[in-house]
Amino acid sequence: MTIRIRKQSAGDSLIRIVEKKAEVSLNRCYQCKKCSVGCPVADQTKSPPSEIIRRLQLGAGEELLKTDLIWTCLSCETCYARCPNEINFAAVIDALRSMALEKGVSKPKGNPPLFNRLFLNTVKTFGRAYDLQMIILYKIRTGKILPDTEKFPAMIKKGKMALLPPSGADKRKVRRIFSRMPQNKGTTK
Amino acid sequence: MKYAYYPGCSAHSTARDMHESSLAVAGALGIELAEIKGWTCCGASAAHQTDRTLAASLAAANLVLAKEMGLDMVVNCAACYNRSKTANYEVSNSAAMRESVGRMLGQPYDGSVAVRHFVEVLVKDIGAAKLHKSFQQSLNGLKVACYYGCYLVRPPEVTHFDDPENPTILENLVEAMGGESLDWPGKVDCCGGGLNLTRTDITVQCSGAIIDMAQAAGADCITVACPMCQTSLDLRQKDIEKATGKSYNMPIVYITQLLGLCLDISPKELGLDRLMVMPAAVTKAIGTKA
Repeated sequence: MTIRIRKQSAGDSLIRIVEKKAEVSLNRCYQCKKCSVGCPVADQTKSPPSEIIRRLQLGAGEELLKTDLIWTCLSCETCYARCPNEINFAAVIDALRSMALEKGVSKPKGNPPLFNRLFLNTVKTFGRAYDLQMIILYKIRTGKILPDTEKFPAMIKKGKMALLPPSGADKRKVRRIFSRMPQNKGTTK
Repeated sequence: MKYAYYPGCSAHSTARDMHESSLAVAGALGIELAEIKGWTCCGASAAHQTDRTLAASLAAANLVLAKEMGLDMVVNCAACYNRSKTANYEVSNSAAMRESVGRMLGQPYDGSVAVRHFVEVLVKDIGAAKLHKSFQQSLNGLKVACYYGCYLVRPPEVTHFDDPENPTILENLVEAMGGESLDWPGKVDCCGGGLNLTRTDITVQCSGAIIDMAQAAGADCITVACPMCQTSLDLRQKDIEKATGKSYNMPIVYITQLLGLCLDISPKELGLDRLMVMPAAVTKAIGTKA
């Protein structure tokens, strides 16, 4: 199979930034592909884990931040657990996610970055996750209003969906943590 | 036997039954779970997918509180367990991370609080022999597929829970309760729970494969120790049936619910009525221990 990459034109190469952020050494990868074989979403991604590493090794540039696996990865860490060279590929994906967010380049299907922001917003507000607010806002922002609404009555009846926001958390501590994030990263709109 | 208890956000929403059954089991076995006052969200997937330091700091905020209590921290939710252990691992192994987390929290944290899953407490601190003696009821040969998912077992250098490819902690508990633990291939596969709301198609595919395997192995039920797995397999089961055209009616019960039944705790107290797929096969099997 042929891999085509577009090399980074200027600045630090992507592989160096990723290796630093994720604290991994990607040159240790010898392409045994155990990560891709164990990956639960490998069959529905354009570039499975081993290929992402190969692209980075070959000098891929920022176009890699648009690769679909960044937002279909389930963070199940099977890749890391099975890597004979102990490369933490889950950390590589997290590093790519963080860079994709900084550059604002991803428009992934289902918009997981939006979900993450809404989730963290409830944590910032209440100190704990507030599912109902997060779900309602996610539905409004994505326009996917109907899916799962048929489950709400049973969930509410069975106590699996709290109507009121969570209470009892030390909100001040959480706000302190968020306020020390560079540009309030993670929870801006 | 006293521990600092971290319930996690799901204890008051999707995993109320996990929380209730754990407290009931702890009570019956004389384990004191002292809830950490003012505990906050561990950050879950959203934090580590956004920023490593944010993730470590949110989890460490609770570890600091447990440290002040001078107790091991017991966690029920496998995801919170994983995030707390990862924070410990990162803070212990990187001076730079330790410094960043200290700055975010406004106080130092050294990664020293032991984080234990409630199941580990049962198996290691109480022990199979005492558990067996405490059971008044038996699962009477109920065929149980034990499902671990990701967060308990991976990455093994962080969680140290059990063998990452073939864990047997839950199987040992099921056997001690008089159930039949099944040999099946899906126990450490991913349920797809991380994308439950955003890419339901992926969750349905992953969880569908797991229920398929358990059913093929002849399971009467699947037992879990993670609220994300429980939600994917139970709450999504109707969506899976719709996608595959198959019928499962597979109860997805927490291991603490099975333990509670064998300790003769009422189904109501264990939150069994909160499950979406009613565990009729389970309650039918329960009978007085021989």
